[in-house]
Amino acid sequence: MNTLSAPAMEKGARMDADLYDVARAHRPFRPGRLLLWVVVLAVAANFAYIVANNPNFGWPVVATYFFDPTVIRGLYVTLGLTVVAMAIGVALGLLLAIARMSRDRLASSISGLFIWFFRGTPLLVQLIFWYNLSTLFPEISIGIPFGPTFASWNTNDLISPVTAAIVGLALNEAAYMAEIIRGGLLSVDKGQSETAEAFGMTRARALRRIIIPQAMRSIVPPTGNQLISMIKATSLVSVIAMADLLYSVQSIYNRTFEVMPMLLVAVLWYLLITSILNVGQGAIERHYNRGERDAAVRKDDAAEKAVQQEDAR
Amino acid sequence: MTMSSIDQAPLVRARNVHKSFHHVEVLKGIDLDVKAGEVVVVLGPSGSGKSTFLRCINRLETIDKGSIFVDGGQIGYQLKNDKLQPLSNRAIAAQRSRIGMVFQQFNLYPHMTVLQNVIEAPIGVHGRNRDEAIAEARELLAKVGMSHKVSAYPRQLSGGQQQRVAIARALAIRPTLMLFDEPTSALDPELVGEVLTTMRSLADQGLTMIVVTHEIGFAREAADRVVFMDGGRVVEEGPPEAVLENPQHPRTRSFLSRFI
Repeated sequence: MNTLSAPAMEKGARMDADLYDVARAHRPFRPGRLLLWVVVLAVAANFAYIVANNPNFGWPVVATYFFDPTVIRGLYVTLGLTVVAMAIGVALGLLLAIARMSRDRLASSISGLFIWFFRGTPLLVQLIFWYNLSTLFPEISIGIPFGPTFASWNTNDLISPVTAAIVGLALNEAAYMAEIIRGGLLSVDKGQSETAEAFGMTRARALRRIIIPQAMRSIVPPTGNQLISMIKATSLVSVIAMADLLYSVQSIYNRTFEVMPMLLVAVLWYLLITSILNVGQGAIERHYNRGERDAAVRKDDAAEKAVQQEDAR
Repeated sequence: MTMSSIDQAPLVRARNVHKSFHHVEVLKGIDLDVKAGEVVVVLGPSGSGKSTFLRCINRLETIDKGSIFVDGGQIGYQLKNDKLQPLSNRAIAAQRSRIGMVFQQFNLYPHMTVLQNVIEAPIGVHGRNRDEAIAEARELLAKVGMSHKVSAYPRQLSGGQQQRVAIARALAIRPTLMLFDEPTSALDPELVGEVLTTMRSLADQGLTMIVVTHEIGFAREAADRVVFMDGGRVVEEGPPEAVLENPQHPRTRSFLSRFI
């Protein structure tokens, strides 16, 4: 033990400082590590080879149907539903989060009730509920509570599969986004909103200019999660006869019985979209990380340009 | 001279200000007048209520009893047909817009550069022209010795530099009154001097300032008047030489004895 723990300098080793300069330190070569790499790569290559050469995967079928018009139409439906439902979900979620945090009891209660209901029931049930709204309320009308009505519509005319899908996905998403955004707003130092207030900013301006930009750092990563799970959640709309990506490949393999290859088509498209989104998320996170100690100084803002102009003179 | 007492209403007038936090009374009836151009330093032990009182002046804290007037307007309330009503949030924001504040923890906006920090309120709250605001911000940053850091982010600056930027940011709204809430308490000892020097030059230029601090030296050199608070009350006030060199109240004496 003693010989191991005794400092090298005490053992009469060379005393020159250069010997102990950490700048010249480097990790010793570890053959075990190299071996592990070789083994893992070999297993991975072998697995890839097996998958590529296994006729049961039906790669030629995958290639044939990858850009099939039915698949592409389904892809558009999936992407469209995701974008619209997510946009409404984020906007409504922001309003709900602000209402939930407000000192106004009415606003925070309504928001709390909304979040409680839409997080507490299965999305599948919500979609079916919206689609079959007419069985509960055959007519929808605007008027004074318990009083006269001004206008009314047949529910079946209002609620098509598309509107039911958008409303169902968006309201559910809003409930989750509300809690994500509320968490982000709470993560900002209380001194920031106090400072904004002290400088005479209105609550709306303080949120927009000071609080939300700082909250984005903790809002973006879970929102990326939500977006990705939304892409896959859109496959639930097949129950209300919406032809999304998954529904489209199912309709093809119901005809051709090529189940696995067609599912692979859907899986590859889902992975492709998710990969693109991951890249986008990384860029957004870097943007909101500016001002952090280790973040690169942003070069594109007006202040920076002004300084450079000044220096050039 | 005979007229001055009549036509020179105080810029800040606090009367019988009471404030409680969860049944603990922090302010027990504060009366204070501050004339335009006056520099008032508020001293007192921790928990004496001096920071709370400062925060009541721009309504970061509401008060339970009494009244506070700044520049002729009552903070947070208005009289309508002899009934006193709370002001709307918008009206309160307008009242605050000419009161500059410097915080103990600086509270710069971390996602904005130094220059963006300074121009935010002039452009966003006061509707100033952007180029004009930038030009004025540069002058102010030069005044506090921060010209070389206009495009740095707050986290890249030392505490003393951040606080000097915070002072420039407060000056950028062209304040009629400046509030300093323990501006040097969060600084390393060697950085206190640069902030106090900046504040002293503002005092010399005739800015109306209320400064809550533990810096007795600053009080001695820059204050027109020293207010000593203890236990939620003003215990003693007067010119610095009187309060600091010859304190009358035993609480003031025991507090000051710790600094000698």
